[in-house]
Amino acid sequence: MASVTYEHVTKKFSTDTTAVDDLSLEIRDTEFMVLVGPSGCGKSTALRMLAGLEDITAGEIKIDDQVVNEMPPRDRDVAMVFQSYALYPHMSVFDNMGFGLKMRGSTRSEITSRVKEAGRILRLDQLLARKPRQLSGGQRQRVAVGRAIVRQPRVFLLDEPLSNLDAMLRVQTRIELQKMHQRLGTTFIYVTHDQVEAMTMGDRIAVMKDGVLQQVAPPREIYDQPVNMYVAGFIGSPRMNFLPVTISDHKAKASGLELNLPKAPGVEHGVLGIRPEHFLPNVSDADAAIDLKVEVLEVLGSDQYLYGKVGSDDLIVRVDPQLKVDIGDRVRLGLDMQRLHLFDAGTEKALF
Amino acid sequence: MGTAVRAKTAPAWHRRRVRIYDREAPLGYLLLAPTLVVLGIFLLYPFLFGIWLSVTDSELGNLGSFIGLDNFRFEWRNTDGVFYTAVVNTFLYTGITTVFKLSLGLIMALLLNQAFPFRRFVRAALLLPYIIPTVLSYEAWRWMFDPTFSVINWLLVNTHLAPYPGPNWLGVPFNAMAALMIVNVWRGTPFYAIAFLAGMQVIPVDLYEAARVDGATRWQQFTNITVPMLRPVLLVVLLLSTILTFADFQGPFVLTNGAPYNSTQLLSIWAYQWGIPGGAISLGAAISLVLFPLLTLVVAGVLFLLRRPE
Repeated sequence: MASVTYEHVTKKFSTDTTAVDDLSLEIRDTEFMVLVGPSGCGKSTALRMLAGLEDITAGEIKIDDQVVNEMPPRDRDVAMVFQSYALYPHMSVFDNMGFGLKMRGSTRSEITSRVKEAGRILRLDQLLARKPRQLSGGQRQRVAVGRAIVRQPRVFLLDEPLSNLDAMLRVQTRIELQKMHQRLGTTFIYVTHDQVEAMTMGDRIAVMKDGVLQQVAPPREIYDQPVNMYVAGFIGSPRMNFLPVTISDHKAKASGLELNLPKAPGVEHGVLGIRPEHFLPNVSDADAAIDLKVEVLEVLGSDQYLYGKVGSDDLIVRVDPQLKVDIGDRVRLGLDMQRLHLFDAGTEKALF
Repeated sequence: MGTAVRAKTAPAWHRRRVRIYDREAPLGYLLLAPTLVVLGIFLLYPFLFGIWLSVTDSELGNLGSFIGLDNFRFEWRNTDGVFYTAVVNTFLYTGITTVFKLSLGLIMALLLNQAFPFRRFVRAALLLPYIIPTVLSYEAWRWMFDPTFSVINWLLVNTHLAPYPGPNWLGVPFNAMAALMIVNVWRGTPFYAIAFLAGMQVIPVDLYEAARVDGATRWQQFTNITVPMLRPVLLVVLLLSTILTFADFQGPFVLTNGAPYNSTQLLSIWAYQWGIPGGAISLGAAISLVLFPLLTLVVAGVLFLLRRPE
């Protein structure tokens, strides 16, 4: 159990490629922190620096209050689950899970009891004698997790541990990892490019882009109050609609709608952000309504998505699946003014 | 589907060809045939002919008649007084050089697997002992071991590591055997190193990272990851090298040819000396055939040592 602190951490792979740029982030003891962003955003590098697999170009990483910059991985007492699982192919499941303890010189009986315990938790007890190649993808993934928990480390690092699983198993394993976190009460740092994993698992989410940390907040806050267009677009599926607007005083005008803003933002060019799920089926306020010309329909059973145009802007809207709509229809929908976002068109920062 | 469409429009000769290509079994044999012919002419025929020679009293230029196992009996009873020396020497020669080639090759591969300037160049240069025509390099070695002009001895004497005139390399039994082994190790090590290097480069980096996080030291990474992961390569290299060294001829032939006093005699050399200069081709064939069951035993032994621990 430990807290982790990144203080102005920078990683350059060469003079002109900066993987992580001045990252400052505090991860609390027992927290489940998710680093999320597209590939190449520096999230894995940030994790690997903490594990000791990459040198730190500038800044400091602390585990509890100890600076670990120069500490070799073996002394950091962190465990890592790799995307590829990195299981030792020539060792049995038992030896894979016990490897870390063996390297630390634990006694045979201690290794046995701890591996058996982890095997029981992860339902691997019948498979301990097998080699990794004799296991299914899901079982391998559990061995990789098992190898980490056997060590009882201060911090768990998980680098896209679910991305090699099929969709069903991914959801199931996601839930198991959350239970594991509650059970172990250890700090988890989890790297993913999948915003759904981030939203569902994280106590807090750190969104990164091009090596720069964009926002750190609990899932609900990230969703409700994204600090910029990037975070707003990255979190949520389907992604938030962005409509360019020209603003004069309280009035915002897009190609197909006009509305009164709750307050004057003080910029001329803005981008209106509204999530597909924040449209209202019944229009009460005539000012905040749109006419959507439906071009594509997606019925998912629990939801129905309408893809269409308002004026010249593309829009995605989630509506009640019972609503009868046909392609080419014009649907009148209200905007939930409480959930509306406005961004500065120049800086892309959130205005409200 | 593509071929079916093409067959309709193709000329007659082409259509026929397509049909042959489409049936797997005849095509398979067709493709196999050249290899079988070549192997038959250059491997199977000499091998069977050698077996036949060994049970005759043939001489060079004179195919003899069947005499049963007399040739083998001749050597078994140590009639020429050299056979058993040659057997022991062959085992020593193979065993000792293999240990050195294996360990030096592994060290070399580990060093070459590190990042350093001119790495590609050094890796290529490593293969030089393998590229130089063997007779040329062995002649160079013979000069280096020459009692009068030895550059090795000049170095040893001038660095005061050995008293003048330095060791008599090829004239003393023990030294001569050592010299043979040194040259064999010199020539064989690059093969091991290159094979190990290739084996090391396909070991996923992830495994080392996982081991580092798991707390393994560099030595523990080597023993727990590198060595077990190299096992398949090790097996093949060891097998090939054992066979080649066991039957090695060129180096010992150029350097000592069995001298002094047959003390560095190997089975391959001894077979040659009886068979070609001695003219008793049947006896030579019998001696080289002795290699066959011995080699089988050695190979079986190597395979047994390296079997998968399961």
